[in-house]
Amino acid sequence: MTLTKLFATAALALGLASTAMAQDKTKVGFIYVGPIGDGGWTYEHNKGRLAVEEHFGDKVETVYQESVPEGADAERAITQMALQGADLIFTTSFGYMEPTLAVAGKFPNVKFEHATGFKTAPNLSTYSARFYEGRAVQGHIAGKMTKSNIVGYIASFPIPEVIRGINSAYIHAKKVNPDVEFKIIWAYTWFDPAKEADAATALIEQGADVILQHTDSTAPQAAAEKAGNVITFGQASDMGEYAPMPRVSSIIDNWAPYYIARTQAVMDGTWESVQTWDGIGPGMVGIGEISSAVPEDIKAEALALKDAIATGSYHPFTGPLKKQDGSDWLATGETADDGTLLGMNFYVEGIDSEIPN
Amino acid sequence: MLKLEKRPQPSQVWTYLTPLLAVMITMIAGGALFAALGKDPVAAITTIFWEPLFGEFAFYYRPQLLIKGAPLVLIAIGLSLGFRAGIWNIGAEGQYIIGALAGAGVGLAFYPTESWVIFPLMVLAGALGGWIWAMIPAILKLRFGTNEILVSLMLVYVAEKLLAAMALGLMKNPEGMGFPGSRNLRQYESAHNAELITGSGMHWGVVAAMIAVIFAYVLLNRHILGYHIRLTGQAPRAARFAGVNPARLVLFCLGTSGALAGLAGMFEVAGPAGQVSIDFNVGYGFTAIIVAFLGRLHPVGILLAGLLMALTYIGGELAQSNLGLPAAAIQLFQGMLLFFLLAVDVLTNYRIRPRRAEGVA
Repeated sequence: MTLTKLFATAALALGLASTAMAQDKTKVGFIYVGPIGDGGWTYEHNKGRLAVEEHFGDKVETVYQESVPEGADAERAITQMALQGADLIFTTSFGYMEPTLAVAGKFPNVKFEHATGFKTAPNLSTYSARFYEGRAVQGHIAGKMTKSNIVGYIASFPIPEVIRGINSAYIHAKKVNPDVEFKIIWAYTWFDPAKEADAATALIEQGADVILQHTDSTAPQAAAEKAGNVITFGQASDMGEYAPMPRVSSIIDNWAPYYIARTQAVMDGTWESVQTWDGIGPGMVGIGEISSAVPEDIKAEALALKDAIATGSYHPFTGPLKKQDGSDWLATGETADDGTLLGMNFYVEGIDSEIPN
Repeated sequence: MLKLEKRPQPSQVWTYLTPLLAVMITMIAGGALFAALGKDPVAAITTIFWEPLFGEFAFYYRPQLLIKGAPLVLIAIGLSLGFRAGIWNIGAEGQYIIGALAGAGVGLAFYPTESWVIFPLMVLAGALGGWIWAMIPAILKLRFGTNEILVSLMLVYVAEKLLAAMALGLMKNPEGMGFPGSRNLRQYESAHNAELITGSGMHWGVVAAMIAVIFAYVLLNRHILGYHIRLTGQAPRAARFAGVNPARLVLFCLGTSGALAGLAGMFEVAGPAGQVSIDFNVGYGFTAIIVAFLGRLHPVGILLAGLLMALTYIGGELAQSNLGLPAAAIQLFQGMLLFFLLAVDVLTNYRIRPRRAEGVA
């Protein structure tokens, strides 16, 4: 008997077993890339898991595995959850794309959901959040608040997701402050407090008085607090313990509504493979409270921008916009299509930096 | 009162008993740790050591033991040669990465041509890549007297940067929508390090690990070079009088361990991992150091130790998702293993004697 057959049989047996058990419990698994106490990305996903537990009570059982390396180990971790009878498995990091796809092929009766990827299957959905919408609000506040006109940006990896965030923040900072300049440091990590603190300190030494981060720890917040007179924004999680200074606002990933809806769909038997990309409007991206360190008028403008994005009356990538090399991208009034945004590999005009390659 | 008395010769019996003793103490201390975390210690220990081997889904976990253990054994065998001679290659992780990059590079360069030559070429490239990376500390040591521990360790970080650069640049999948990571070699027949028998976990890396074990055993017991390695480690002065060429030994030990680590990386990237990604390396090169010592630097011991470590990994993952144990607790558990091994090693070299009460005024 081949392994595939063996798996199919096992999955079938489990499928039957879980249908029998489905009357009482739906099992939902989560694969995390970091520790649940990271205070950022994984912390918020885990909050989503807890929300699922709270919402469904004993109709649901959740399991998770944290700090799962992206690669061969992830495939085993996901397989193991499927073997143990999970009905729905969320894999919450980009690097789990290939492993999730591979396991999904072996367990046709289990539903899979991969965060931030682009490969799907009949039993594999993708979901992500339009973080760039939050970046627009951050950029606006950053442009207004900077006195040195230097905004520091701690970037993680040069992938479309991160580049999109830099562009969105830059466009909106530039709009309110034509003299603003972005200094970007690539940390090549999602979570490494020591590296992130180093990056923040280096940016502050270069004159930055606003630090934006696309990494998940609170280390940059601590570095800014130490330096004084530097403002920051919480990333992935509210990081409210650093408010009102240095943290003046934040982008919060709110996965709970999505996780609850998808679990419900599995229970109802209405689950379908979808590609979800939600922003501020549906509540997947939250803007953390703008602190008292921000003057009232700037706060009002930022909230107005947030509302405009939420209702869809304004798109953060609206022309006229040029690419960094000076070529035309969007004509006046034209908005970016999702395809371009998803594969974004260029800076907009004005960013004095190069995407590492 | 007890006192320690140095044995004239390390105890043969304790050499074999200490690893077992260390495993047992680890189980007890680990159980206490799990109990302190509010989990049933017996359930946790059985989940880690029993479930993967004899549990309900053992059909899946047993092959996984080979997949997880093979790179550990392959790397540890190489390291053990040097460790025996007092040549400390701490940078196997870097050699593993470079081997993977070289192997995957060759495979990707041929894409999408299908030919049986591609895989053997990748194997050669992988070994060569690891060998070259290990030659850097070797040559620096011979030429300038640098410390190979520091140089090989630092080169791990260089290799990691190179890996990130490759995943984001040269080797990035052109059809990957701008995301990092190479093409999936598992979907490229000629480059895929597939299972030799479906469902068995046996891939070429496992075969290579077994060959390495036999090769090391023969080398150490039957070959003059193996004798020189052992002699240098035990009595460097005597070795020099016996005509051992230390330079040649450094080149051989670092080179071999580098090549084996490179091979491990290549087999991993072409098989279980499938692609060059930023987080490709997960610490096999460092864990192999534990494996080498846990196995008493003996080829057969390393084989067993490699499987044991693989078991704690797989069982540890199970304990995490089944019992909700934090990942850090599992890492701590693995760390205890080396700690206790080193601690009970004292029994190999020392005898515990009751201290006789001497007349003290």
